[in-house]
Amino acid sequence: MKNPLLPYPVRIDDIKVETEDKSLKTFKFVFLNPEDEEKFSYRAGQFGELSIAGKGEIPIGIASSPTEKGFVKFTVFKAGLVTSHLHAMNVGDVMGIRGPLGNWYPWDILEGKNIVIIGGGFAFTTLRSSIVYMLHPDNRSKFKDINVIYGARTPGMLLYSDELKAWEARDDINMHITVDSANNDPNWKYNVGFVPTITEKKAPPADKDTYAIVCGPPIMIKFTQPVLDKLGYAHDHIIMSLENRMKCGIGMCGRCNIGKEFVCKDGPVFTLDQLNKMPREY
Amino acid sequence: MIGYMDKIKEISERILKEGKVDIIVGFRKGSLPMMNEPCVVKKAEDVKNLVWDSNCGINLVNYLTNRKEKIGIIAKGCDTRNIVTHIVENKIKKEQLFIIGVPCTGMIDKNKVASKVDSEIIEVTENENTIKVKTKTNEIELNKTDLLQENCSICVHRNPVVYDELVAELIEEPKDIDRYASVKAVESMSAEEKWNYFEDLISTCIRCYACRNACPLCYCPTCFVDESRPQWVGKGQDKSDIRTFHFLRAFHCAGRCTDCGSCERACPMGIKVRDFTKKLEKDCVELFGWEAGMTLKERPPLDEFKLNDPEDFIY
Amino acid sequence: MKVVKIDKENWAEGIEKIKESYKVFGPSKSKEFHLFKELEKGEAPDLNFLNTRLSPKSMFFPQSEGILCYCLDPNKKDECNIVKEIQKDYSPKAIIGIRPCDAKAFTLVRPNFDNEEYQDPYWIKAYDSITFIGLACSNTDDSKKGMPCSSCFCTSAGCGPFNEEGLDALIVNTDDGYIIKALTNKGEEFLNKAELSANSNADELTANINTLKKQAEEKINSFVETDKLKDKILLDLHSANFWDDECFACINCGTCTYVCPTCWCFDIQDENYGDSGVRFKQWDSCMYPLFTLHGSGHNPRSTKVQRFRQRFMHKLKYYVDKYDNGIQCVGCGRCIRLCPVNIDIRKICNIMNSYEPAA
Repeated sequence: MKNPLLPYPVRIDDIKVETEDKSLKTFKFVFLNPEDEEKFSYRAGQFGELSIAGKGEIPIGIASSPTEKGFVKFTVFKAGLVTSHLHAMNVGDVMGIRGPLGNWYPWDILEGKNIVIIGGGFAFTTLRSSIVYMLHPDNRSKFKDINVIYGARTPGMLLYSDELKAWEARDDINMHITVDSANNDPNWKYNVGFVPTITEKKAPPADKDTYAIVCGPPIMIKFTQPVLDKLGYAHDHIIMSLENRMKCGIGMCGRCNIGKEFVCKDGPVFTLDQLNKMPREY
Repeated sequence: MIGYMDKIKEISERILKEGKVDIIVGFRKGSLPMMNEPCVVKKAEDVKNLVWDSNCGINLVNYLTNRKEKIGIIAKGCDTRNIVTHIVENKIKKEQLFIIGVPCTGMIDKNKVASKVDSEIIEVTENENTIKVKTKTNEIELNKTDLLQENCSICVHRNPVVYDELVAELIEEPKDIDRYASVKAVESMSAEEKWNYFEDLISTCIRCYACRNACPLCYCPTCFVDESRPQWVGKGQDKSDIRTFHFLRAFHCAGRCTDCGSCERACPMGIKVRDFTKKLEKDCVELFGWEAGMTLKERPPLDEFKLNDPEDFIY
Repeated sequence: MKVVKIDKENWAEGIEKIKESYKVFGPSKSKEFHLFKELEKGEAPDLNFLNTRLSPKSMFFPQSEGILCYCLDPNKKDECNIVKEIQKDYSPKAIIGIRPCDAKAFTLVRPNFDNEEYQDPYWIKAYDSITFIGLACSNTDDSKKGMPCSSCFCTSAGCGPFNEEGLDALIVNTDDGYIIKALTNKGEEFLNKAELSANSNADELTANINTLKKQAEEKINSFVETDKLKDKILLDLHSANFWDDECFACINCGTCTYVCPTCWCFDIQDENYGDSGVRFKQWDSCMYPLFTLHGSGHNPRSTKVQRFRQRFMHKLKYYVDKYDNGIQCVGCGRCIRLCPVNIDIRKICNIMNSYEPAA
């Protein structure tokens, strides 16, 4: 019997500070046992439990793409006990990962469609995974137009800034990067404004072949949803990824439920249509 | 005490109608013999649901914490002392309350009653000094005084300390009661006997925290056992963690505990939780001449410093 | 399957025989109540009890259970910080005297720990190592502490005093002996190992059991109504106006969840001892605010009414909808008898079942 509570041992291969306030770092992990990488075969939108012996575990969305081989990447915000400890760890240190866990963005449905990605703050991790996945030469032809609206408080708080620039330069993806304020960056040449405002201006019109993937802080989601309604997006065409407190990650420990669904196992990805039928306990 | 029922309803209805309070916190009849359920009454026509008898042992002050309405509360002696403590500790203002004072003759320990009969109790009815216990096959009458909760049987503050209106004349407080006999019995043990006594006492604890949650003093937004940064206590069934919980909780109640017995009454495993708090109550009496909740003018002894505080017990 | 009737005098001998093949657990009275414990040599299970104060769920789902271990010693490079499985004892165990309600309860819990997607090896291996020998609630002699008791509502909760689900054998305590009915191969093996010399006219004994069963079922006169729960709209029940009033008395202790045979929620905690440590599975409760508190400080169930509602919605609606296997309650009545403030699941269940949202 496979033990779903036993983490795979991994080594930290690289650590990159992502934001100017140093509260977000991207950790690149390599599996100590190469066969574990095969077992950790995942799809964009899933998460893993980062496991530190003696400290505990923390559920984090997978930031790398299934098309990137030889490692997995997680971008972690420093918040509690486990994440603070992780931020203090070094390249070469050993820890564990469990997963992949949860469902993923519905790639079978999304194939052949226009995709609008709307992200805010540090909830951009599985969206990065999704973009890298879709832009891969093997996959790009499977999708029609790809639009990305991504915002942060300031230019220095945007994740994956090098990649954002590279995507800006491409013609097979429409990037709409925005910040709440660019006052501290005179060279800022992209949008200024909150994500809902930019969505209203830049998002393509609703269409039966157009799906929006929305991931961000509650306040962003609260104000983006009416915009998408106004643009005419059907609620089963709006895909969201939720967070709730989790421990086991496999639908057993009982804390992350919203109604009869577990965010860790039945989610974290739900359509707005599904969420409308569930209690708002998230 | 069942004779108080009409008066309680009359006062409650009146103060609700007059707008003196928004709600009444009291008891309604429970679904099992010897059980009443704390409840809130919001409309004058619902005061008919209120009950009062010797099965109202849960301390209602627990239900006042962080409420915003103007509250009428039915309060026996110990409850009023906890109200005093809440006022002194700035948890509530006297003006927010209308205290319906109940001179109390003691609450029944349902486990004691159960031990008096062989088969399951179906119904218990109460008279002034006796209770009638009906089982599937039998019916017997017992003296209430033999069946009181232990804290009630040694209580010397049965009358409310503060109140806006009484439901009956004040009663005579019992005299010549040795309130600390149980503590003295433990004090006279050897260190090893004490250790074994307390190990046995908490051996069945499941850390459900019913004792803490039933306690009107345990209103900390986050209890020390729940803190995660730092985590003071392990969450498992390790004995040292269970001990730490009980010891620290008791010490946190020192000089504040009114021996209302809610903790013991709430424990699903029948642990005599008061064995911890009673010792600290005795110490407060002996060292500081202090009894919790008797005055609005002074803070509990562990809460303030006086130049003449005794020091000879500090090692 | 085998049905035997044994003299009560032969009982102790059989129990001792059984201890050669199994670790044997049974009800035992200490202090004022019965709990399940491992029986020592010469100790027989005490079958004169209403029900144990706690359900025997801790036999395979301990309140705290070490599941993984790790080394934190940086000098041991190959092991340091690598989490490993703890080797555990899954040798055969027999639990004698478990009530039918508890046994059925664990079959309701199983799909949580053993499903298509994930299997919790700790729960499954421990559960599967146990042979469950049930004790029917047949003691209907009212002059004693006869079962069933007045707060039992098993017959309307999908269970009953002679219910066989989850049991490997059922003992029926009669005036002149124990009738033991094997229900599974595991149960039959148990009977063989006990080597009980027995009268075994199976047809007669089965008829005897059925009569006693009927009598016992008639003794249960407390009921819940559950027939309409499945058809209720989840969000209607969730937003119903009765929760505020019903939750008032609740003090949010975890008593109901800890004594419940069907409650399974847990926490995972690391505890360190110097250079090593253990990762624990640990009972937790939806009654506690910390259960759902996010790292950000946000709490989706921050209020008492939300937590109270979660417990009843989980048992009586979410479970019903998710598994289509009845309610997540067997009517053992422990939560009613042990609630410090008399919250009664029977009342809440009936309110939910009859609830109609205002038009």
